[in-house]
Amino acid sequence: MIALLLRDLRLALRAGGGFGLGLAFFLLVAVLVPLGVGPEPATLAKIAPGILWVGALLACLLSLDRIFALDHEDGSLDLLATAPIPLEGVVAVKACAHWIVTGLPLTLVSPLLGLLMNLPAEGYPLLLASLAIGTPALSVIGTFGAALTVGLKRGGLLLSLLVLPLYVPTLVFGAEAVRRGALGMDVATPFLLLGGITAGVAALLPFASAAAVRINLR
Amino acid sequence: MIPDLGKYAVSVLTAYGASIALLAGLVALSLWRGARVRRMLREVEQRQGRSDG
Amino acid sequence: MAMSIWEYANPKKFMETSSIALPWAAGGALLCLIVGLVWGFFFTPDDYKQGSTVKIIYLHVPSALMAINAWLMMLAASLIWLVRRHHVSALAAKAAGPVGLTFTLVALVTGAVWGQPMWGTWWAWDPRLTSFLILALFYLGYIALWQAVENPDTAADLTSVLCIVGSVFAVLSRYAVNFWNQGLHQGASLSLDKEENVADVFYFPLLVCIGGFVLLFLTLVLLRTRTEIRVRRVQALLARERMA
Repeated sequence: MIALLLRDLRLALRAGGGFGLGLAFFLLVAVLVPLGVGPEPATLAKIAPGILWVGALLACLLSLDRIFALDHEDGSLDLLATAPIPLEGVVAVKACAHWIVTGLPLTLVSPLLGLLMNLPAEGYPLLLASLAIGTPALSVIGTFGAALTVGLKRGGLLLSLLVLPLYVPTLVFGAEAVRRGALGMDVATPFLLLGGITAGVAALLPFASAAAVRINLR
Repeated sequence: MIPDLGKYAVSVLTAYGASIALLAGLVALSLWRGARVRRMLREVEQRQGRSDG
Repeated sequence: MAMSIWEYANPKKFMETSSIALPWAAGGALLCLIVGLVWGFFFTPDDYKQGSTVKIIYLHVPSALMAINAWLMMLAASLIWLVRRHHVSALAAKAAGPVGLTFTLVALVTGAVWGQPMWGTWWAWDPRLTSFLILALFYLGYIALWQAVENPDTAADLTSVLCIVGSVFAVLSRYAVNFWNQGLHQGASLSLDKEENVADVFYFPLLVCIGGFVLLFLTLVLLRTRTEIRVRRVQALLARERMA
């Protein structure tokens, strides 16, 4: 399984695209929003948590269709499905690899973009923590969406339509944690709920994703 | 005949109009597609009945 | 011979039974809706606080109720399909999707129109309204997945999995949205649900309307399932034609 993880990571880095594209998109959102909304620091500070979370979510969405597409095209997904490791494990590893190449970098650059968005000082640790806790859920849920659409020719748009409603709880709790923190309110509840979603999703959703991949390979 | 709806007449009538339009649209669409499929099925069955016999 | 409910999972048996049930359901739906809506619209007094907008309740509450129940029915049908592989079950779930979406839209539209005079805005990010918007998105995704997958059995399997996962997330979203809106305004006083304190004059026509919507849902699902079964039959016959 570690070999599979390393292989996926190598592929993602070598194929270019996936790795840099999400980050560039995230940066673009943080640049475009002030241009659209206006430069008042107070306004930007107020909307910063939400915009950064939505930006991270959309950036994550961009690379979802690659999770299975390449493997499906060259037939290695069929091999993986018949490999000795259970497909649930394969799917979980793929979600993990996706998180390492998108969620993790997004989390690490988010303070920089918070700077662009005039995020109040108290918000930075919360932004980092909430993204670090929440983005794994985005990758796992996204893997489920990718598994549903793996056999489709033009699944990209459908994938977004399927995945975005599933992102609602993660987005709400993640952005709410930062927003409440920036206002100086208690943040334990949203953090606990966010962590609960990530843990629950990581534990259960790989089964559904693996079922979807099996159906699609039949 | 229409009861006095007071100052909210526009809201109430819009709500009724829009809802009935949506539901009628769905019913019409279902009926239309049902009739089309039924016609198609009859055609195919007839054609195959002939070719068999 | 012992009759069991699974008899109706046989497409032929289903077509026979539904052809008898359909006119009754359709007639009942029409009757209930006409009686309920006419009763509600023409013969109920205005509410002392909400004026004539209270008449919107006869559309809003039943459609909202059935929007959720349609999803539950889809969930049950999906589970039956996954466990027992009855095609009628999968097709009934497919047939219910657009019906549920339409009911959700009716609930949203009537909610927005109701909100305009009551809250002074067409759209408030009230937890209930927001949840219904998210529910509409779930319906859209479900219908889109049915249309995108060509192989009917694969489509049935995938949409069933989506429906089950989506149900869990829909519930999660409902609580998330509740949580999210607390900081903004007190949700309870804006609540649209007047069922608890609704007076008898409004209650009985409302019951008739709810009955009408249930029957309308039943009618449409039966009708659309029959169409889907026929579509399958056409496809099977055409496939045989190509083989010959």
